Amino acid sequence: MKVRVDVMLKTGVLDPQGEAVRHALGNLGFDGVEKVRQGKVIELDVAEGTSEETIKDMCDKLLANTVIENYAIQVL
Amino acid sequence: MKAGVLVFPGSNCDRDLAVAFERAGADVTMIWHKETDLPEDLDIVGVPGGFSFGDYLRCGAIAAQSPITKSLIRHTERGGYAIGICNGFQVLTETGILPGALMRNANLKFICKPVGLKVENTDNAFLSGYSEGQELLVPVAHHDGNYNVTDEKLAQLKSEGRIAFTYTDNPNGSSGNIAGVISKNRRVLGMMPHPERCVDEMHGGTDGVAMFRSLVDAVVAA
Repeated sequence: MKVRVDVMLKTGVLDPQGEAVRHALGNLGFDGVEKVRQGKVIELDVAEGTSEETIKDMCDKLLANTVIENYAIQVL
Repeated sequence: MKAGVLVFPGSNCDRDLAVAFERAGADVTMIWHKETDLPEDLDIVGVPGGFSFGDYLRCGAIAAQSPITKSLIRHTERGGYAIGICNGFQVLTETGILPGALMRNANLKFICKPVGLKVENTDNAFLSGYSEGQELLVPVAHHDGNYNVTDEKLAQLKSEGRIAFTYTDNPNGSSGNIAGVISKNRRVLGMMPHPERCVDEMHGGTDGVAMFRSLVDAVVAA
């Protein structure tokens, strides 16, 4: 069973990398990019039937730092 | 006074930290991260700087799950002393022993230079050898030292006197110019600058000496 976890900085937490990407896009001539947020995608191959609760536990304990990051779980 | 210095794959300030403790009069034991228990008679645990586990996932995130770190958490819960420097500070925030998180520097650059620090609180064993408001010159060397806490938490840290140091000229975007914080019981210090890199004239400065000395004195007296 494949699971995809998206980890993003929480709204309100300044994302300096996203900001740098936004600037670079502007320099390339792409106008109108108002905001860029950069995050991570983590793909897991887990045993069939692994509960969403277990995946959440993985996110809380390791995959995301919930002080500054949010995560979203998607079973593929 | 017995100090233990944790060693993770990728730690690179462990020996410097050991020397700083030794110079201050401590007996130092190096402890590999796969050990499950700290030696029983340790007075303080040092979590050194470096790039534990290659900074994979997030700085300090993997080290925070190492077997020895579980024992470190128990040590701090029992009221034991600990100091985390640079990557060690990142490990302490990742375990939740200290609040907040360390993010990529606001200017995205790796910063490696001496910076000015202001001592904000001396009511703890780490900084009792300095005076409040004293300015120090201590090197930083980090890519992810941008200390992030909510405004609410920042206000709490201020009101509880838990801000150890602030930067005189914020190099990395840290909330409240914070360079180091103390735990609620005042026995754990986390800081991004490297006091162990300024304990000898040949380092170019000795502003870190008083920290190790006052720490050893405080623990011996206790």
